[in-house]
Amino acid sequence: MLSVALKGIAQRKLRSALTALAIVVGVAMISGTYILTDTINNGFNTIVVNSYKNTDVVISGEAAFKNTNGNGVETPTFSDTLLPKVKKLDGVEAAAGSVTSDNVKLIGKNGKVVDTGGAPALGFSVDPKEQQFNPTQLTAGAWPKGPDQVAIDKATASSQGFDVGDTIAIQAVGPQRRFTISGIAELTGVGSIGAATFALFDLPTAQKVFDKPGQLDVIRIQSDPGVNKDQIISEVQPLLPPTAVVRDTNAQVKEDKKQFNIAFLQYILLAFAGIALFVGAFVIANTLSITIAQRMREFATLRTLGASRRQVLRSVVVEAFVIGLFGSVVGLFLGLALAKLLNSLFVAFGIDLPKGNTVFATRTVIVSLVVGTLVTLLASIRPARRATRVPPIAAVREGSVLPVSRWAKYGPAVSLTVLIVAIAMVMLGTLASGIATQPRLLLLGFGVLLLFFGVSMNAARVVRPLAAVLGAPAQSLGGAPGILARDNATRNPARTASTASALMIGLALVTFVAIFGQGVFKSFEDAVDQLFIADYAITATNTFTPIDVAAGKSLVGKPGVSDVTPIRAGSAHFLGSDHDLTGVQANIGTGVKIDWKQGNDSVPGQLGTTGFFTDSDYAKAHDLHIGSVVNVEFPSGTRRDLTLKGIFEAPNGGSPFGDATISTTLFDKENPRPRDEMVLVTTPDGVSDANTQTLEDNLSGFADAKVQTRDEFKTNFLKPIKSVLNLLYALLALSVIVSLVGIINTLVLTVYERTREIGMLRAVGMTRSQVRTMIRYESIVTALMGAALGIVVGTFLAVLVAQALKNDGVVFAFPFLQVVFFVIAAIIVGILAAILPARRAARLNVLQALQYE
Amino acid sequence: MEAAAVPAAETTDGIPTAVVAARDLTRRYGEGDTAVDALRGVSLDVADKKLTAVMGPSGSGKSTLMHILAALDRPTSGEVWIAGTKLGQLSDTEITKIRRQHIGFVFQFFNLLPMLTAEENVVLPLTIAGEKPEKAWLEDLLKNVGLTDRRTHRPAELSGGQQQRVAIARALVSKPTVIFADEPTGNLDSKTSSEILELMRDSVDTLEQTTVMVTHDPRAAAIADRILFLADGLIVRDMPRSEPGEVIAAMEELSAD
Repeated sequence: MLSVALKGIAQRKLRSALTALAIVVGVAMISGTYILTDTINNGFNTIVVNSYKNTDVVISGEAAFKNTNGNGVETPTFSDTLLPKVKKLDGVEAAAGSVTSDNVKLIGKNGKVVDTGGAPALGFSVDPKEQQFNPTQLTAGAWPKGPDQVAIDKATASSQGFDVGDTIAIQAVGPQRRFTISGIAELTGVGSIGAATFALFDLPTAQKVFDKPGQLDVIRIQSDPGVNKDQIISEVQPLLPPTAVVRDTNAQVKEDKKQFNIAFLQYILLAFAGIALFVGAFVIANTLSITIAQRMREFATLRTLGASRRQVLRSVVVEAFVIGLFGSVVGLFLGLALAKLLNSLFVAFGIDLPKGNTVFATRTVIVSLVVGTLVTLLASIRPARRATRVPPIAAVREGSVLPVSRWAKYGPAVSLTVLIVAIAMVMLGTLASGIATQPRLLLLGFGVLLLFFGVSMNAARVVRPLAAVLGAPAQSLGGAPGILARDNATRNPARTASTASALMIGLALVTFVAIFGQGVFKSFEDAVDQLFIADYAITATNTFTPIDVAAGKSLVGKPGVSDVTPIRAGSAHFLGSDHDLTGVQANIGTGVKIDWKQGNDSVPGQLGTTGFFTDSDYAKAHDLHIGSVVNVEFPSGTRRDLTLKGIFEAPNGGSPFGDATISTTLFDKENPRPRDEMVLVTTPDGVSDANTQTLEDNLSGFADAKVQTRDEFKTNFLKPIKSVLNLLYALLALSVIVSLVGIINTLVLTVYERTREIGMLRAVGMTRSQVRTMIRYESIVTALMGAALGIVVGTFLAVLVAQALKNDGVVFAFPFLQVVFFVIAAIIVGILAAILPARRAARLNVLQALQYE
Repeated sequence: MEAAAVPAAETTDGIPTAVVAARDLTRRYGEGDTAVDALRGVSLDVADKKLTAVMGPSGSGKSTLMHILAALDRPTSGEVWIAGTKLGQLSDTEITKIRRQHIGFVFQFFNLLPMLTAEENVVLPLTIAGEKPEKAWLEDLLKNVGLTDRRTHRPAELSGGQQQRVAIARALVSKPTVIFADEPTGNLDSKTSSEILELMRDSVDTLEQTTVMVTHDPRAAAIADRILFLADGLIVRDMPRSEPGEVIAAMEELSAD
């Protein structure tokens, strides 16, 4: 019996391959995700491990807290007087100190900062005398020596056209300055450092450029042979200031790798793989159902020859297993290509991460094959059970229909119940209060899955009315073939419904993302319109990384500049958690219109070194009032009692302020290298080309500072969010491709089934091109049904989520243009899906088709 | 029209002795006004090691009778015994066992599996039952049906007659108690039909294979040891082995009534 199933697959090659194709994309996505993230991790790992080569013990600065989900924290430095003491310790063979920075921006020959797309612009010191610790190797020139020399990374050198001996402008702390390139270097053993750049200096120069005079970030220690690491650690311990720690290299590597956590990226990508697999399961279930309906005589014959129901079930499941395994193997290897494609996609959207050698882990193979095969098997269960219901008498009787299962009479009630339960779950998950995050997400996740099932189960009932509406243009455009196409689409409503449902899933998610994104944009723009009363904002060229305070300071008192008011960005720890901390001056009111609930525009001027203000939501959540005292810890570990001086109302779309805002005076006291998230500027006569030019001229020493008007600020700020949305669309396109495969499958099988009928139509005078038109219109009508259902479901979900996040600044805004675009995309999907089936239908030999048995 | 008398041999406990027996079969399709009675009380005993033909015009109920005898369909009332087992309320699993042990099928449209070779199709009933064919028996069988040089061909590469030979070999391979043949020549030209009929007659003579054949072809019926005529759901005539001319005459007589 097993061989019968296997030979059946070989016999129906095209159908089996098309079925397998439905699972290939999802599996390729799993395998591609693992390959890509493993390769990136491998890159990070090599970078970190390599940066401690020949090192047994590491001394590094350690901040009191990290605030990794917010502005982050600059690791504190320690005095370089520690180094000679360490060198003298027993068992220390060698020790070297270095300073590092992630804000050393290289400026290209065009005068613009080399874009790192959010990756760090690294800088670090190298000591040619301590080569054993050097993580880089020269590819040209010599190591930098003295206050005017730098070595830069090979990728930047080649992309920007720099050679040894050229000069390059670099902006770190303070205005940019020029250096001579002494050499070009690369990180040893790392394939690519992504979009990151690096600049190397000798230690005294680096200390000066990074504004870390007499300070060190790291000391690397190599022990004498045979000396225990723990012995050195215990010797070093008493010498350390409170802001530094000593670890053995393995522990330090583990610690450093925490900042390169791409688990989040992996989860997101796997979620999209899951969606593609879910859609694939729909397509497989549908394809197998149709195939089984067409093979009724075969199953019935097997039954008359003595096959039991169990054997019939097993033969279908074995077939699904083989198809699933085959699809998974193809997907697994396609993942290698998809990993490259995903990476180019990320790079195109500005996310360029380091890469090591391609990693093809055992886990990738196992998970891809197991998940792909399992999903196919699960999808085959229902069709396989249908196959067992084929009565033996179907072997002798023409046109037998499958007897309905004994549960069929409950079908409509069950599918309606599923839909109602799903809607209830989704509404509960979004709107109900008092549910913890985890159960809420579970409720939502399962609710949405169930919603897709529910809609698909009920969709058969709306196929006829939908076809009447969506098929009307087909009828008027296509004439007779158009009418036939519309009627064909409604001939087997359950089949059309499940084919359309696969497309519905992708389009629902796309619609949801579009509406949700539109809501986020709109509320952000509203917030900026409300708050932003300055003429100009100065930010870093990439809008997001904070810029050195020197840029803002340089504008103060310049002709043509009225008010300059900076907003410092940093982190603090108070009331039990890490928070974003901002710093402002007394004149913040010239740039930002603050809606005071308690206090007034004089509050910023009264903060001194003991006051702060916050927004009403935070105050309410933590029961803070004017005069409340909060103990605030700074990254250096110092703590201060600060008194609440004012409470303002932030717009729903957010504000530039953190949970606590202090004076720049206090901010700069606690942050050795303060930076501004933005600097707001007013001019005597508002925005004009001349004023823009004046500001740009004044900032010519700061290549990283960008002058922008309010509207430009909005656009620049939303640009990366729009990129993320486009990335999501691209990832969702994969599941749309799967549903396209689904439509192809259904049409190919339908054409096969209607061979005799198509032959008859041809015999009574239908042309080949009319046959093609008929199939194409049927395909488009099916795709449009998927689009209509998807847009409704997606809008429903978006309305609920917008309602739930109303207070977090998400409003409901319907993106008409995009939705029109989605409908056009669905039509294109329909046209593409019809190509192969239409060609097969048109190619049928009339005589043979009529004799077809 | 009177139902023809049909001998009813029974053991003491009421079980018919014939390999296939039916008592008072009725079969009604549909309900209410549109209900159709395909069988209206049919009883018969199929003679062992003989070829029985069931004849009748379209709609006479001959196909329904065969479907019920072969356990493909259930009667509305009445009983069927195969090899002494009452089919009655047997479960699907029990009927599957009966099919494996006792029943072979030959279909009008051959019903071969397109992905299997001729030989694989022939041994399929054994494969399904988890058995291996006896080598010598299989070789004899393939030789008898004239397929020795076609054994590795797939159905698509065989003529209609050859396909039906494969189907006959497939029905014979498990040495069933009875073979049911449903219009075995209905899809073949007259020359090929003769060959197939010869083969079936031969299998009854040499292998003593009990066979029930439904047909409307008088030439097919003429190879049978006994011919039952059905009309309007009743057995109206029971003829011994006859010449085609006699069969045609009997048919005409029936339709004249």
